[in-house]
Amino acid sequence: MSHIVIIGAGECGARAAFALRERNFDGQITLVGAEEHLPYERPPLSKEALLNGLEPKLVSDAARYADAGIEVLTGRTVESIDRAGKTARLSDGQMLSYDRLLLTTGARPRPFPGLSGRNHRIRTLRTHGDAIAIRAGVQPGAHLAIIGGGFIGLELAATARKLGAKVTLVEGLPRILSRGVPAELSAVIAARHKAEGVEILCGVAIQQLSEGPDHARILTEDGRTIAADLIVVGIGAVPNVELARDAGLVIDNGIAVDAHLRTSDPDIFAAGDCCSFPLPHYGGRRVRLEAWRNAQDQGTLAAANLLGAEETVSAVPWFWSDQYDLTLQIAGIADGATQAVWRHVTEGAFILFHLDIDGRLIAASGIGPGNAVARDIRLAERMIAARLRPDPVALASPGTKLKTLLVA
Amino acid sequence: MSNWVEVCATDEIDEEDVIRFDHAGRTFAVYRSPDDEFFATDGLCTHEKIHLAEGLVMDDIIECPKHNGRFSYKTGEAKGAPVCVDLKTYPVKVEGGSVFIAVA
Ligand SMILES: Cc1cc2nc3c(=O)[nH]c(=O)nc-3n(C[C@H](O)[C@H](O)[C@H](O)COP(=O)(O)OP(=O)(O)OC[C@H]3O[C@@H](n4cnc5c(N)ncnc54)[C@H](O)[C@@H]3O)c2cc1C
Ligand code: FES
Repeated sequence: MSHIVIIGAGECGARAAFALRERNFDGQITLVGAEEHLPYERPPLSKEALLNGLEPKLVSDAARYADAGIEVLTGRTVESIDRAGKTARLSDGQMLSYDRLLLTTGARPRPFPGLSGRNHRIRTLRTHGDAIAIRAGVQPGAHLAIIGGGFIGLELAATARKLGAKVTLVEGLPRILSRGVPAELSAVIAARHKAEGVEILCGVAIQQLSEGPDHARILTEDGRTIAADLIVVGIGAVPNVELARDAGLVIDNGIAVDAHLRTSDPDIFAAGDCCSFPLPHYGGRRVRLEAWRNAQDQGTLAAANLLGAEETVSAVPWFWSDQYDLTLQIAGIADGATQAVWRHVTEGAFILFHLDIDGRLIAASGIGPGNAVARDIRLAERMIAARLRPDPVALASPGTKLKTLLVA
Repeated sequence: MSNWVEVCATDEIDEEDVIRFDHAGRTFAVYRSPDDEFFATDGLCTHEKIHLAEGLVMDDIIECPKHNGRFSYKTGEAKGAPVCVDLKTYPVKVEGGSVFIAVA
């Protein structure tokens, strides 16, 4: 094998490129990305980047790509893949021939239904450019309205409060973070946002968004109008599958891959936010994750398998979110749990352990100031991976070190 | 020239665990390995300056509590993404039931 092409220069594609070299691949590596920047980290975009700097936090600097002999073609989109001829055509007309291909095309914000055209006061947050545009509108005293009580919207709300903006967050469902986060944790987060002065409106359906020269407007189904200087829509993300679909690959809520991250074409792999894969520990159900560590883990795994390793996905999903001084961490997937065990960690910090009908630990969700829950969540992740059935009484008692349950 | 500073009594660090130690405006992480040896590194992760003392020690690895970056606390070596810069390590000695580090 002599040339591996990676399409999508985000967290996952960059990780995969370096991992190929770590595995001693000595052929050619080309990483193609639509954005102008070298791969950068997205998590800071809703957090400290918005507060502090306007420079993207690069995954690696240019010198490290050069040292590793990774060619990065930024500002270029791959427009089509010819699987028979094994070539990819770029937006600048270049044709790249590949021996094996990795798709790390990520995801993009779900557009608000019915909203069309270019809007200046109605935006989404995914890229560094989005963050800069939003930052410009989040001034002291400005009114920011956020559509959607998911992680990105809530993190942005916290950051905007720190910047002195007035914030209203509108969520259609009865509570924020209803997808994947237990009610006990979302209650803590909602209370904190209220204490910080964020107005949270739950159970409010939106009829229309519109923008004029000095305001953007939300019209709710119950007839209210909310005027804001800026509206940011954070209602989830959709995977970038068009390139793969047009090339005839199987799509199923993302580019469908097997446990080796291989698509329906044996020479093409996919990884990160763009793919759906069978999740071990959970009966092999097909999921698509939008999480930073998953992007890294799958980038590393895809690199191994591009080189013929045949390793299977084994990582337990893990996610964190920062809002104010609170950090939430979730390991595993709690759907299907029949019992939740509450563990007090420290003042203001707790973890819920989610057990299934057989008493097996399948997820743990924790929240607290700083990194209070980090260590126990990490131990829980190991217990989940080992499919342990920890004693609920021990889980609940703060005096029991979780490490002792891991060896048992 | 080594400048030995007393950190704590040996029994103040559990086996396979880590504590935070602050000295002269600097912050360190001091470890006790499962085989009962002591080690010291800079306190802050090289990814985003998060203190490692809240991290998890497993064998000879310290995992950062923030994004799970992994280092060998014995050598300071960064074990892969998201951390790519090694941690600085410091000599450690045990004398009279106390742990000392050379902060240089
Ligand atoms: C604001 C924000 C905050 C976040 N915070 C957290 C957090 O706190 N914790 C957490 O776990 N996760 C967080 N995430 C999620 C995390 O950033 C993603 O899971 C991760 O970026 C996924 O990496 P990826 O490489 O798979 O995809 P992406 O990062 O989306 O990268 C894909 C890249 O491919 C490019 N591309 C797509 N199609 C083509 C094409 N045809 N040709 C060339 N290039 C193409 C795209 O332009 C993009 O640059 C956050 C995400 C955002 C947006
Ligand atoms: S701060 Fe340590 S891994 Fe990110």
